[in-house]
Amino acid sequence: MVAENVAFGIIAAAMAVGAIGVVRTQNIVHAALFLVVVLAGGAAQYILLGAEFVAWVQVLVYIGAVIVLFLFGIMLTHAPMHPTEKMDNNLRAWALLPSLLIAVVLGGLLIDAFGNDKIHLDAPTPNAAITNSIFRVYLIPFEVVGVLLLAALIGAVVLARKD
Amino acid sequence: MTVPLNEFLLLGAFLFATGVYGVVTRRNSVLVLMSVELMLAAVNVNLVAFSARVHDVAGQVFALFVLTIAAAEVGVGLAMVLLIYRNLHSSDLDDVDVLKG
Repeated sequence: MVAENVAFGIIAAAMAVGAIGVVRTQNIVHAALFLVVVLAGGAAQYILLGAEFVAWVQVLVYIGAVIVLFLFGIMLTHAPMHPTEKMDNNLRAWALLPSLLIAVVLGGLLIDAFGNDKIHLDAPTPNAAITNSIFRVYLIPFEVVGVLLLAALIGAVVLARKD
Repeated sequence: MTVPLNEFLLLGAFLFATGVYGVVTRRNSVLVLMSVELMLAAVNVNLVAFSARVHDVAGQVFALFVLTIAAAEVGVGLAMVLLIYRNLHSSDLDDVDVLKG
């Protein structure tokens, strides 16, 4: 029980530092690398919770593909690589209001609803259970998501090509 | 082996609030997209935690769907950022003010 809590604490602290880095750093490439910390921490939390398949999909899709896409976006828009003050607008103080409100209200509601619940960690979820669920119960959503990915692919090509 | 559920829920709430802060304060459009990814990651943490809580695999499947949608969203979003950059020679969201009255 203690070991899992310590592991959670270490990973959560790394994720919190990474998240604050994403929204506060003045170097745009560092923001992408802080996002890697947050997403890798998320994958570690999933492994802690026994969701190994989701964890590795997160590593492959997010850290492998999405971050590279972000770095391409940074390079292609000639964003300033050196730290500048132009990354933020002048709403820093005002932005604390909605985000603190969301953190307090959401956290308070969730603790009020599930405050004493415990997660019983047992054997990791077998991949067969996930595939059974996707290809039996959620087959139609799976096909719809496939069509959506195709639409996104075509849409991205149509939007970004030069003509 | 048990861990409290509310640890994960508070982590999710914190990440979501941080993402909101980023979306409001950032001027560069790529950084705004990164903050949106932060919020999606927060939602996924909650989904997987609840999936482990109720011993149902549906939460993990839903997290996989969220991941797929997020990947599609980043692809189209960055294509739009490129389009804006090509037309305005800037990826600064403060420069996208053609609709301003």
